[in-house]
Amino acid sequence: MNILGLSAFYHDSAAALIQDGVIVAAAQEERFSRKKFDPNMPLRSIQFCLEKSKLQIQDIEALVFYDKPLIKFERLLETYFSFSPRGLKSFIKSMPIWLKQKLFLKNLIRKQLSEKFKLDIDDLPQLCFAEHHESHAASAYYPSPYDNAAVLCLDGVGEWATTSAWLGQGNKLAPLWEIDFPHSLGLLYSAFTYYAGFSVNSGEYKLMGLAPYGEPKYVSTILDNLIDLKDDGSFRLNMKYFDFATGLKMTNNKFGRLFGMRKRDPESDFSQVYMDVAASIQRVTEEIVLRLAHTLYDQTKSANLCMAGGVALNCVANGKLLREGPFRNIWIQPAAGDSGGAIGAALQYWHFYKEKERKANPVDGMNGSYLGPDYSDDEIELYLDSIKAPYEKFSTKTKLDEQAFYRYVANLLSQQKVVGWFQGRMEFGPRALGNRSILGDPRGQDTQTLVNLKIKFRESFRPFAPSVLESRARDYFDLPKPSPYMLLVAEIHDSQKVELKESENKHTGIDKLKVVRSTIPAVTHVDCSARVQTVNEKSNEKYYKLIKAFEQQTACPVILNTSFNVRGEPIVCSPLDAYQCFMRTRIDYLVLGNYVLDKREQPDWQEEGDWRDEFELD
Amino acid sequence: MIECLRDLWGYMKERKKFWLLPVFIVLILLGSLLVFAEGSALSPFIYVLF
Repeated sequence: MNILGLSAFYHDSAAALIQDGVIVAAAQEERFSRKKFDPNMPLRSIQFCLEKSKLQIQDIEALVFYDKPLIKFERLLETYFSFSPRGLKSFIKSMPIWLKQKLFLKNLIRKQLSEKFKLDIDDLPQLCFAEHHESHAASAYYPSPYDNAAVLCLDGVGEWATTSAWLGQGNKLAPLWEIDFPHSLGLLYSAFTYYAGFSVNSGEYKLMGLAPYGEPKYVSTILDNLIDLKDDGSFRLNMKYFDFATGLKMTNNKFGRLFGMRKRDPESDFSQVYMDVAASIQRVTEEIVLRLAHTLYDQTKSANLCMAGGVALNCVANGKLLREGPFRNIWIQPAAGDSGGAIGAALQYWHFYKEKERKANPVDGMNGSYLGPDYSDDEIELYLDSIKAPYEKFSTKTKLDEQAFYRYVANLLSQQKVVGWFQGRMEFGPRALGNRSILGDPRGQDTQTLVNLKIKFRESFRPFAPSVLESRARDYFDLPKPSPYMLLVAEIHDSQKVELKESENKHTGIDKLKVVRSTIPAVTHVDCSARVQTVNEKSNEKYYKLIKAFEQQTACPVILNTSFNVRGEPIVCSPLDAYQCFMRTRIDYLVLGNYVLDKREQPDWQEEGDWRDEFELD
Repeated sequence: MIECLRDLWGYMKERKKFWLLPVFIVLILLGSLLVFAEGSALSPFIYVLF
């Protein structure tokens, strides 16, 4: 039975195909449309899922949408009603969208599918709706490697729920409790993201990355004024300081006054206050997640925890939860945001609605999150020939050939070259996990600044993540468990730390960046932490072999891994996207499958206008 | 439109939210006026809550 899950019309549209309970394909629309967080109906993603499995739309038993628009509409109206007369401006702005589009979502989806696949509306598969947090919970539990687990979903808001707890047992997923809008940990974090001058919905990573530059001086200010946090982790926001329920902003002027500084202007310099505020809200978030986890553990006594929702991408909080929390095992859906809802909605239909049995996959059911499109060597060669791009083709037919290929690329990395690495199926979710990645030598002192400013064109303070051989992870990081999806932050192992001089310890704010703190400085954040991806031969054979070759040459089993894109651009999907990104930036080499391209040999790259205008800054 | 009204009715029955009916009617009427007055359905909000 084929089930298609859909997430669309809010942000990060995606489609996922489930065949007899197995996730076979999933992709975000942004990767095809090249528009970051594309909210439109994911027609190209659906087409990809069908083509990958050689199916027609008629072969699909059900299309399952990841949330319930009418309940969302209820929340909207009840919110306006309860806050009235405040919110009139927001009401005036939002009502036309609902009355023209979102209230008729069912028709809209059918109409677009009918036009795309040239099929009568009556011949389309049935359309079903799962609740937003139900989709998140299903995306966290069903693909997890556990037979039973507590499930915690934390995000901005779905219909009403902003935080929800579930118990997964076999093929059953039972709701335990929820916290409703407007009281939301996700929106609280987003409010601070907004206050720090970053874009809501995409800048949360930046706020998390900024936190280690500051001191958590405002924890009590936040807890005394903004949020009433109970011992069990439940909370209520003090809406006097927030504007998101009724206005067009996240916070109001009272919020700024609380910290003695108005909202930071985007792209302006950082003052220490914003860094301290970032550190403080990060600390509060970790505290809330820990308390909620303890409550959930007391209720379920399960050794396993599964997580999803945007807040589950806060890998610093996740790392702390693993180290200090009550659960022995934690599994986080790699597409924890709304795109992953497409997977959850489809799996919920299979296990709950169709009552199909579930057998937990001992690794997990995500196939390493490599669920997107791939391109054969023939397709890559055809493209490169069509643009007359010079390349060197490596054979990987014999073991010797293969070794030569990995040795060659590893040697480039060890010479401090930056390599665009494009292999196999594209990742599903926000992380590049070694198939659409920009790679570098983590030992280089200047690598971080170079990749941030000259390749990614992003803020200099942002850290990079390491990919490490799973077998060697404990030599470099204090990581108690593998982290295949780069969703856990761990401290650098003491043996890899560099003793700091007294003067180096005195650096504050962005100046902290200048200090070399470990043997792998390019992937060591200023608090000596790193967002680790562990790699083994089964999860990604090619990437594993490359890191292994790098280790053989340098004795270092770690590689710098950042997503293959520039700021504001979706991660590359096709060889064309990859070549374009390669030529626009200071990436030295591009490896597309078995084809290696040297920047110095490429023809001049010319474009009309400034290509950076193509991507809105996030 | 008829299907949408049927869904709305089904939803109110399922969630026992009949008290919302007059609110729906007033707000939808008011909102309809806005639709005719404005003519644009572009999302204005920085965070897509709605």
